[in-house]
Amino acid sequence: MAGATTAGRARASSTSSGNFKRLLASPGQIALAFGIALFLLLFLVVPVGTVIYVAFTEKGTGEFTLVNFLDFARTDLFIRSFWNSVYVSAMSVVVASVFALPLAYITTRFEFRGAMLIQTLGFLPLIMPPFVGAVAMLLLFGRNGSVNLLLDDWLGIKIPFMEGLNGVIFVQAVHYFPFILINLSAALRNIDRAMEEAAQNLGSSGFRLFRRIVFPLAMPGYIAGASLVFVKVFDDLATPLLLNVKDMLAPQAYLRVTSIGIADPMGYVISVVLICMSILAMWISARAMRGKDYATVQRGGGGLAKRRMRPWESAVAYGAVLLILFLVLAPHLGLLLLSFATVWSFSPLPDAYTLAHYGRVFGESFVYVKNTMIYASIAGLIDVVLGTAIAYLVLRTKLIGREWLDWAATAALAIPGVVLGIGYLRTFYGVQLPDGTPLAALWIMIVLALAIRRLPYALRACYAALQQISVSLEEAAENLGATKLRTIRRIVLPLMGGGILAGFVTSFATAAVELSATLMLVQSNSDAPLAYGLYVFMQSPAGRGPGAALGVIAVLLVAVCTFASHLIIERSQKAKAVGR
Amino acid sequence: MLRHSVAAAALIGTALFTGVAFAQSGKVTVVTSFSKDVTDPFKQAFEKAHPGVTLDVQNRNTNAGVKFVEETKGNNQVDIFWASAPDAFEVLKGKGLLQKYKPKAEGIPDKIGSYPINDPENFYSGFAASGYGIMWNDRYAKANKLPDPKDWQDLAKPIYFDHVAMAAPSRSGTTHLTIETILQGEGWDQGWRTLKEVSGNFRQITERSFGVPEAVNSGQVGLGIVIDFFAFSSQASGFPVKFVYPTVTTIVPANVGVIANAPNKAGAEAFVDYLVSSAGQEVLLEPSIRRLPVNPAIYAKAPADYPNPFKDPSLGARVKFNVDISEKRTNVVDVLYDQTVTFQLEALKGATKAIQDAEAAIAKKDNADAKALVKEARDLVAAMPVTEQEASSPEIAGAFTGGKEKGARQAELEQKWAAFAKERYQQAQAKAEQAQKLAR
Repeated sequence: MAGATTAGRARASSTSSGNFKRLLASPGQIALAFGIALFLLLFLVVPVGTVIYVAFTEKGTGEFTLVNFLDFARTDLFIRSFWNSVYVSAMSVVVASVFALPLAYITTRFEFRGAMLIQTLGFLPLIMPPFVGAVAMLLLFGRNGSVNLLLDDWLGIKIPFMEGLNGVIFVQAVHYFPFILINLSAALRNIDRAMEEAAQNLGSSGFRLFRRIVFPLAMPGYIAGASLVFVKVFDDLATPLLLNVKDMLAPQAYLRVTSIGIADPMGYVISVVLICMSILAMWISARAMRGKDYATVQRGGGGLAKRRMRPWESAVAYGAVLLILFLVLAPHLGLLLLSFATVWSFSPLPDAYTLAHYGRVFGESFVYVKNTMIYASIAGLIDVVLGTAIAYLVLRTKLIGREWLDWAATAALAIPGVVLGIGYLRTFYGVQLPDGTPLAALWIMIVLALAIRRLPYALRACYAALQQISVSLEEAAENLGATKLRTIRRIVLPLMGGGILAGFVTSFATAAVELSATLMLVQSNSDAPLAYGLYVFMQSPAGRGPGAALGVIAVLLVAVCTFASHLIIERSQKAKAVGR
Repeated sequence: MLRHSVAAAALIGTALFTGVAFAQSGKVTVVTSFSKDVTDPFKQAFEKAHPGVTLDVQNRNTNAGVKFVEETKGNNQVDIFWASAPDAFEVLKGKGLLQKYKPKAEGIPDKIGSYPINDPENFYSGFAASGYGIMWNDRYAKANKLPDPKDWQDLAKPIYFDHVAMAAPSRSGTTHLTIETILQGEGWDQGWRTLKEVSGNFRQITERSFGVPEAVNSGQVGLGIVIDFFAFSSQASGFPVKFVYPTVTTIVPANVGVIANAPNKAGAEAFVDYLVSSAGQEVLLEPSIRRLPVNPAIYAKAPADYPNPFKDPSLGARVKFNVDISEKRTNVVDVLYDQTVTFQLEALKGATKAIQDAEAAIAKKDNADAKALVKEARDLVAAMPVTEQEASSPEIAGAFTGGKEKGARQAELEQKWAAFAKERYQQAQAKAEQAQKLAR
């Protein structure tokens, strides 16, 4: 493998792969691009367009105008919100990296018992069921949460974990760091062992090896995760609202879009700003990666060599891992306690414990669980298919405007769920099936909305996975007479396997707990997913326990699926290693 | 239309493998914001009273419910809208999304407290009422040595600083009614003064009604301004919370209305009739629901300590409430509150704290100049950018309804009002701090 050294070096320019990219797209690829474009147009651009065009119209006359954007720039509240959002997003990336880097590094690079379990547990924070998750978090870290009540008792101090912007940063980092963890881990697994061995032969080791070789090679995964964290935090409204921070952009948009009876374009103006910022962030991260080649040719057995740790190293590693896990899983611990608690109010722990809440949800949760499984897995499948296709078109063809597929799909992150929900109703409710049922009343619409909302997650994972595969492998296959399709099926897809699975898991898991668009589209209880059932419970004081129980069921469900997919990744890696 | 046919063509494939069938016979579809604890007993009782009819309950928050009905009106599948907030019904009525129906029930008076029970044009009917009051967490109060509150004015006292929560009136129709009642009862200027004095003590202003009882139940805030049934059902669930009706409280109705073009009109009307019938009214007395029936005769069957707004004059009767005035300025009042209080809470709290400290200092050592300064500071905090006449003028109210005529844009007014309030809060804080120095 002579190509490995040039292709693998992080700073090598892309000229070596340039020849291949210059090839024109085949008719099949063009058709694929059109198909995806049509899908995005139908289920993303048009529905959202029918809602947010208001941002560009003049009050009263309905004529095209940009005056609303001028108003945005002239309103102190919006400008303050804008900078707050930028600050919080950037800091969240930093803090999330602090959580994710050690976990990803230790579990992929060392012989570490329970690595798979840690990967699964480290993924759980992403699945924070709506409402109950927030309550659990406040009961632990709030002003009068367990931690602060104990601190106040012992030391007479309180730590404002959940106050103001810093509180938002803390919660967001805990919530979204798995994006970095999962993408970085996938990337670390994909690094060619030969790179590391070469560096070691040349005398590099320890931190220098990590800093100069390993981390740069894993960069696509890190950037994929970090940019997702940035954009997601920028567009997230649930956490700031939970902490009563209203001067950030996404909550401002939400508050305006969902106020009864007020016809105000500003909510949609803010949505447009959110979309533009998300695309800008993705564009910047793509720019940052340009001119660098991260691909490796040889698929060294199971990625990086796993080193056995010395005793003291392993003590430090276990300590760090346990500390981080404890911190990021605290909300789930709280959720678990809440689901067994009779009353938990202004005390470090619940007053007493009961199984009654599970009894109450047991009967009716079955239909929710079934629906959630169906919806989330179809949505996840749609997402990885689209994600892989878009990544392939963007990275391997020279189609004009191919980046727009990427950006359009990414923009879905910035669209508040309620806007998408209203757009779907507006676009599809008038369409009737032969028996008179509106199209929007079918459960498949919920699935499509979920797929659109979670597509960016899968897309980033697939994108990063493909970036790490050297084009020369495909060239070799084609030189040996394989067709493009066969090359993709036999070479590209298997090599992307880990990334695709990572994408599926992320989309699946987050779709399983999404609420805002679902709440608009659910038309009957028998079609409702878990998150809706949870919402119904969480509207009354008596529903807190049962709601938490449903939340635990949702988390367990996703955890089992995640663990299963990690098992698959591990198996396939081992199989590859054996086959060599 | 073209768009729709394209969408239809593309979706035929996906539609083929969906097996959802909608049984039309005897199904009444209800969009509601009420929780399961409220809807389940009614569903059971109604289905028992009308064998063969099923009640299909769709839970949505009030905003989502209104948007849903509005967006789906072209092919409406909903029979009933069932929620607390009267303003949501006003919006639906204004958009022609409700149809008239006068329930057959007898013995229901025109008013509960001073609030009319039914829409005068019969587009929607009240079926229950609730009173506003103060709920607090007992453990929290003990730990922070807070005395039990008795009245609205108590909440403005310095001891409650940073301990109180309320839902934003723009987000909670019932909170809006409470605010409006204060404004009408005390007059525009004095009303806003009271509101701001109380709001200066707020720990948080939540964006959904249930956020307040939730925060009090879990002990994150001490006191909350809530509807009574939130407190009663919290107590029923075992939370260590207490509740008091202030001497003057508002009574707010909960309503039900038949949607225009309801697919099952007869079933919808049967449901409305059931809600206000004696049997339906009795369901309200269940501990998990605990709302006030609108039929005075039902109270005979209620437990002994059940509040009765038809007998107890402090429950609503002392309050004057003019629906016309309220309707004209609904949005203006909400936006004024948001811009001068919700989004300026930090500045308002800064000024409030400084004033409270200055007054504490003056109480120890009297100083005429300091007193004058504090009075100035209080006036600055209370100042409003809009007079009562302006608030209901068509020019300003029109900025919020998306009216057909050109005029001031909402964002322009908001910026003006926010800047007005922020500037005065800062001045007030400076003056109060100066007063504190003088009194030292």
